[in-house]
This record gives sequence, C-alpha cells and structure tokens, in this order.
Amino acid sequence: MAKAVVLLVDDEQEFREVLSRRMEIWGFKVDTAPGGKEALKKVAGKTYDAVILDLAMPEMGGIETLKRMLEIRPELQIIVLTGHATVQDGVEAMKLGAVDFIEKPAEKEKLVAKIEQARDRRQELFENQLDEKISDIMKKKGW
Amino acid sequence: MAEADEKDLFKVENDIPPTAVMLPRYRKLKRLSIIGTSLVALVPLMIMTLLNYYQDQDAYHAETRYTISRLLSNTQKTLEFAIKERRSALSLIIHERSYEQLSSQAGLKSVLDNLKESFGGFVDIGLIASNGQQTYYAGPYDLKGRNYENQEWFQEILVRDVYVSDVFMGHRNIPHFVIAYKHEKEGGDFYVLRATIDMELLYHLIYSLDLDKNTDAFIINREGILQTPSLFYGSILEKVKFNTPQHFRPREVIDEYHEEGKWLTSGYAFIEESPFILMVIKQRESPFFHWFYRRTGLIWFLLLSAGLILAVVIYGSTHTVKRLRELDRRRAKIFHNIEYTNKMATIGRMAAGVAHEINNPLAIINEKAGLLKDLANYNENFPQKEKILNLANSITGSVDRCSKVTRQLLGFAKRMENNIEVIDLKNLLEEVVGFQTSEISHRNLQITFDFSQELPTIESDRGQLQQVFLNIINNAFVAVDDGGIINISGSLDSDNLVAVTINDNGKGISEENLQYIFEPFYSTKGQFGTGLGLSITRDIVEKLGGRIEVLSELGKGTSFVVKLPCQSKKGAYREKT
Repeated sequence: MAKAVVLLVDDEQEFREVLSRRMEIWGFKVDTAPGGKEALKKVAGKTYDAVILDLAMPEMGGIETLKRMLEIRPELQIIVLTGHATVQDGVEAMKLGAVDFIEKPAEKEKLVAKIEQARDRRQELFENQLDEKISDIMKKKGW
Repeated sequence: MAEADEKDLFKVENDIPPTAVMLPRYRKLKRLSIIGTSLVALVPLMIMTLLNYYQDQDAYHAETRYTISRLLSNTQKTLEFAIKERRSALSLIIHERSYEQLSSQAGLKSVLDNLKESFGGFVDIGLIASNGQQTYYAGPYDLKGRNYENQEWFQEILVRDVYVSDVFMGHRNIPHFVIAYKHEKEGGDFYVLRATIDMELLYHLIYSLDLDKNTDAFIINREGILQTPSLFYGSILEKVKFNTPQHFRPREVIDEYHEEGKWLTSGYAFIEESPFILMVIKQRESPFFHWFYRRTGLIWFLLLSAGLILAVVIYGSTHTVKRLRELDRRRAKIFHNIEYTNKMATIGRMAAGVAHEINNPLAIINEKAGLLKDLANYNENFPQKEKILNLANSITGSVDRCSKVTRQLLGFAKRMENNIEVIDLKNLLEEVVGFQTSEISHRNLQITFDFSQELPTIESDRGQLQQVFLNIINNAFVAVDDGGIINISGSLDSDNLVAVTINDNGKGISEENLQYIFEPFYSTKGQFGTGLGLSITRDIVEKLGGRIEVLSELGKGTSFVVKLPCQSKKGAYREKT
C-alpha cells in the first residue's frame, strides 16, 4: 500500500517539526501547516489521506478551519488532536464532521491507528466514488 | 487572563469587611429603638400622672384639714358655751341666794330642781363648809356629811373663787366633774357651792358629731388623761400615749404624721376656763391608696395606654430591625454571590489557562521523547539503545503524570459552571478528599469513609457540590488537631434525601456560635476567615434543593449533615441562579 499522505496543522512550530518527523519515521508522508489559512491552501491543492488538526490556534481557530476545509473537500478525513482545555471544542468538531479526536499528548500507537483508519476510510470512499463515476459513465455510454 | 477581570475580583474582595459579627449589633439597635421610643412616648404620660397625683394629694390634704378645723371650732364653741352657761347659773345662785336660803335641804333641792329644769346636765348640788364638810346635799347619792377637805378640787377652790374640775371618780366611784363656787361670808369664813355635772353633757356633745369610723373625737385634760372615751386611745381616765398639746395656741390642726404605719390628721382646741382639751383625730388612708381608689379609671387608662404603647413599640422595633437585618443579609448575599461568581469564574479561567499553557510544552516533550524512542527503535545500530529507550520511557511516564494533573485542573475549572449531571456521591467525596492528599499526609489526618448503605446516584451540580464538601472538609481540617479523625458517611434519609455526614473529633463549636455560623461575615477564624464559607455553602446546598444541618459539642467535635434530593429541581434551580 502506498504511503498515507498526512497534513499536520498546528501553530506550535516545535511540535509540528517533531511530530512530522516522527510520522515520517512511522511511514507516513507528512505536510505541515502553521495555521488555518496555510492549511486551506494546501488542502485545496492536494489530496490528503488524513488531516491532523489542532483546535487552539491564533488567527483562524481550529473549528473555523475545519468548517472551511470540509466546504472545499467534504471527503476530508480530519482527526482533531487537541489539549484537554479544548475537549469541549473537540466534541463540537466531531459534530461538525471531524472523524476522530485525540487528546494531547498522544500515544504513538493510537495516532498511527487513527491515521490508518482514516486513510482506509478515504480509500474506500474514493473507490466507491470511482465505482459510482465508472457506472455513471457506463450508463451514459449505454453499456 | 484579562487584566480587567483581576481588578474586578479585587474590588469585590475589598468591599467586604473581612470579619464582622453582625448579630449583637442588631440586638443593640433593637434595644435602643425600643427604649428610646418607649421613653419618648411614656415619659409625658408618667409626668401627667405624677402631676395628677400631687394635685390630688394637695386637695385631699386641704379638705381633711378643713373638715377637722371646722369640727374643732364648732365643738369648741358649743362646749365652752355649755360649761359657761352652767357656771353662770351657779354664779347667779350663789350671789342671789343667801347662805341661809341655801343651807336647808329643801332650799337646796329647789335650787337643783330649778337648775335641772332650766339648764339640764346637773346631777346634784351640795353646800360645803370651809372645813370641807358637806353640810347640805341635794341629789341621787347619799353624800351629806362627806368631807372633801383632802380632795384636789377643794384644795384648788381655796385659792380660787371658781373651779371647774377634771373628770374624776370621787366618792361615788363614777366618772364625773364638778363646778364649784366659793363665797365669802361676813366675818371671813366661806362656803362652797358645788354642783356635779352630768357626763352626758360631754358624751352627748361628742356623739352628736356623728363621726365616721376613722375619726376620733374626745376630750383630755392638760395632763393627757382621757375625759371621755376615745376610739383609738383607750377608755375614760386612761392616759393617752401622745404628748399633750401645750397651750401655745388655743386651737390648731396639726399636720399629718405617721405612727405605726397610719396616716393621721389631728387637731386640738383648748376649752376656755376649764381643764379640757378637745381633740379630733382622723385616721386617713395612705395618700397613694386614696389617690389610687379615687382615680381607678385614670390609672386603668394609664396602664392600658402604656401597655398599648409598649406593645406597638416592641412590635414596631422588632419588625423594623428584622427587616433591616433581612435587607442587610440580602445585600451581603448579593455581595458574596458576586464575589463567588467572579472568583469561581476567575479560578476557572485561570485553571484552564494554566492547563492549556502547560499542556502545549508537555505535548512537545512527549513528542520529542517519542521521537527519541522512534529513532532508537527504527535504527538497528543505535548506540546505547536500551538505555536511551529507558530514559525516553521515563520521560513519557512523567509526561503522563503531568498530563493527569492538567486534566484534573481542567475538570475543576469546568465544574465552575452550572451543570446538572448524575453523580455518585461517594465518588465525588473521594475526589474532593483527593484534592487534599498532601495536607492529609502532612498532618497525619485519618479520613474514613462509611458508605456501607447502598446509595442511589443523585442529579446535581458536580462543581457546586465539590465546593460544598471542600468547604466543610476544610473546616473540619481547621477544627481538628494533627492526627485528628474525620469520618465521612452516607445514608438514605426518610424523605428520599441522601444525607452525607462529615464528622470530626475537633474542638467543636460553642452553642452561642452555633446559631450564627451560617450568617454571612460570621467567622471564628479571625483574620484568617472571610466569614463567607459556610454562608456560601448553605446557599449552594439550598439552591440545589437540599439543606444543611450542624451538630456540635465543645471539645468533642462537629458533624455537618448535607441532605440532597435525588432528583434535581432543574426549574427551581435555574430560576434561583
């Protein structure tokens, strides 16, 4: 299976660097974004298997970023990774369409598992969409 | 955290006096109010009554004096006249009749008969020679030949021409008095015409006065011997106990004097040309009782008015002070509600802020340690791999512990909000005690839980309940000495209330203090307490639909019982908050 492509959105530079490094070691392809705006740009231009999103961020907050990202790409698998302080926001994020929720500091196994689940779900979704598209085309062509 | 919030917090704190025992102040206020108003209302009433009393006394006094004075004057005149009349009659006889005419039984008898008929009051008449021998006698007794030489009246007549005697017993052994006239015969010898006056004359005078039972009228002589019987001072010829009046003034009413608890007004009048003194003594009521009986209506009116005034004053003052106290209480409640809300909100924000701020670097530490582990794990030839992995594990272990702390802190912050949820009280109490672990071990306190009875879960506000039990348990910590025992037990009350009892073996609360401990600003901790802890605690419990009770014995310990309903009264709760 191809390497899962993950976008890590967190305002804390050090955290971003170290976690992306680790995720690469675990076998993922990682892009990072320091804030909501940058994340939106990246999401618009590339397909990601999973987005790991911090909620407590300056300027554009996590919830706002989440809403906008889902507007652009409704199929995005967004995993919220947040401190205890924003657990309430985490629940809110789930309601808005995030697929998962992990509290900082996160354990490796948990994170890996969630990312892989997200990737699988996206793949499935993608394949389903592909099937639908193919059958659509086939119907149109009259096959 | 915003700076403005901090300022608000301190502002509220400064507005509240740290320690103030309010209740004695209200008692004093009530007392002053009652005393002041009563005095203003009652003093004029008292003064009016006193004035009336003294006026009444003056009138009564004057009236008594006037009555006695008039009685004395009238009787004196009558008595003087009666004696003078009889003396004049004798004088006429002794001058008009010759010795020869008188010195015969028949002559004397005719004189006596004439006297009796014309004047009355004569008993007998006798002619006595200068040697004291009664030579002739006309009258009911056999007194002819009696010698009067040694009798007092005869001695008196030797030096005077006319003599009115005291009342005496004499030969006949019956009280009587005599009028005697001495008449010189030619040649130097003399004889005496002596008439005995009927005592009826005196008795009649006194009886005809028709005196009431409190007034005594009688006659004494100048030695104080009773000439007529007295109501109060004995019978005839006895000596009276009081001092005989001196012939200083002929007639006088002596002011009241007090003798054996009696109020007396007395008067005397000297009867001219006789040894008699007329006395009238009136035994009066005491001035107070006289006034009291005469003015019963007034006194009732006074007492009723005073009673009514006092009742209104006491009711009014009590009510006003109660209202005032209630208002103060409400004000204090609002104050500390504001303070409580601000404080809790601030603590909540602070806790959340701290947790968040710590959590971020914690996450970085965790990831770095994780990276270290990853590097070691994914690289076969990593130097000192085992040692590095151990170190990294120990770092992530510590991070976990820190993480738990921040999670607890956040949980605490969240509970500052009003959230009704299902709560297991035992669990909650253990959590609260858990907050104090360091103090418990430091002071070697023993905390025991007794939840043997199965308790239902309750619907309530977790944060508020934590606050309640934290306050009570903190108080217990203050009350007990190091090594003290605090027992926490739960039971199901009859009214479907869950009761949590927190009992300590500390120094206890005096009965006097016990009634005030839930009052705002009441503190026994001096400068260390705000006096709001238990007040807030009670407010919270009541808001949650429960109640709080306290039992305490000085030196033995204190039990706080918090009773909570199983179902939260959401509607009522929201309204109140």
